[in-house]
Amino acid sequence: MVDPGLYMAVAAVLFLIGALGMLVRKNALVMFMCIELMLNAVNLTLISAGRAMNDLNGQVAVFFILVVAAAEVVVGLAIIVAIFRRRSTASVDELNEMRG
Amino acid sequence: MVEALIFVLMALAAIAGALTVVLARNPVHSALGLLATLFSVAVLYVVQLAHFVAAVQVIVYAGAVMTLFLFVIMLIGVDIEETREESLPWQRPVVIGLAAVIVLFAGGMTLFGNFDWVPGASNAIIPETTSGTIQAIAEPLFTDWVLAFEATALLLTIAAAGAIALAHYRRKDL
Repeated sequence: MVDPGLYMAVAAVLFLIGALGMLVRKNALVMFMCIELMLNAVNLTLISAGRAMNDLNGQVAVFFILVVAAAEVVVGLAIIVAIFRRRSTASVDELNEMRG
Repeated sequence: MVEALIFVLMALAAIAGALTVVLARNPVHSALGLLATLFSVAVLYVVQLAHFVAAVQVIVYAGAVMTLFLFVIMLIGVDIEETREESLPWQRPVVIGLAAVIVLFAGGMTLFGNFDWVPGASNAIIPETTSGTIQAIAEPLFTDWVLAFEATALLLTIAAAGAIALAHYRRKDL
């Protein structure tokens, strides 16, 4: 059996890649995908921890995160489409009206 | 042995997909990289006996969510090139420094830290009783967490209504 810690290490790597992508990319859609990447990393951590502790509640938590992430995607993509319709851009750098 | 083999393959596939998401210049390639990561993570769920969650991951994420992503990418154009220059000049060095610090810290902890990944878990052979079949997941879901389950129903309704409100617009010439 593979040590659950190794699964968590993979999850940590995925989370790191997602977080860094969030910082370096400027396309709102790709940034959104990086958020999904981070959510998946956390889900993998929860599944591994649940298995290591022999507890099903880890999987229940992942189920709830999946539902919330689906709702988040729906609203987030609607916001991106609404911004694009008004501004014809999906780059977060051009949305700087609130800059002080 | 089989688990180790699948773990290595799927972990590499997941990381390769994640790197594609961040590095690809074309958003469609990013979406396909994310798809690869989602499938690989689903396989890692199956290996860890989380069958139901893996099925939901493939159906909801790889199916519905990625379709939605690709729809929106096609809608707002794939040919818009991302500008290379940063409006915040210090951001890129900070990102690289941050990545280096995190990698060194995590690597050091893993190699030399000698700590438990999951505090409180016994190091003995784990009995494989946490098999995440539909029946096993449903039991805590509809007893301990039934209130949270109802709340997610409300959340999904609100999200659907919110998406319609955001996407709806009236053309001025009509």
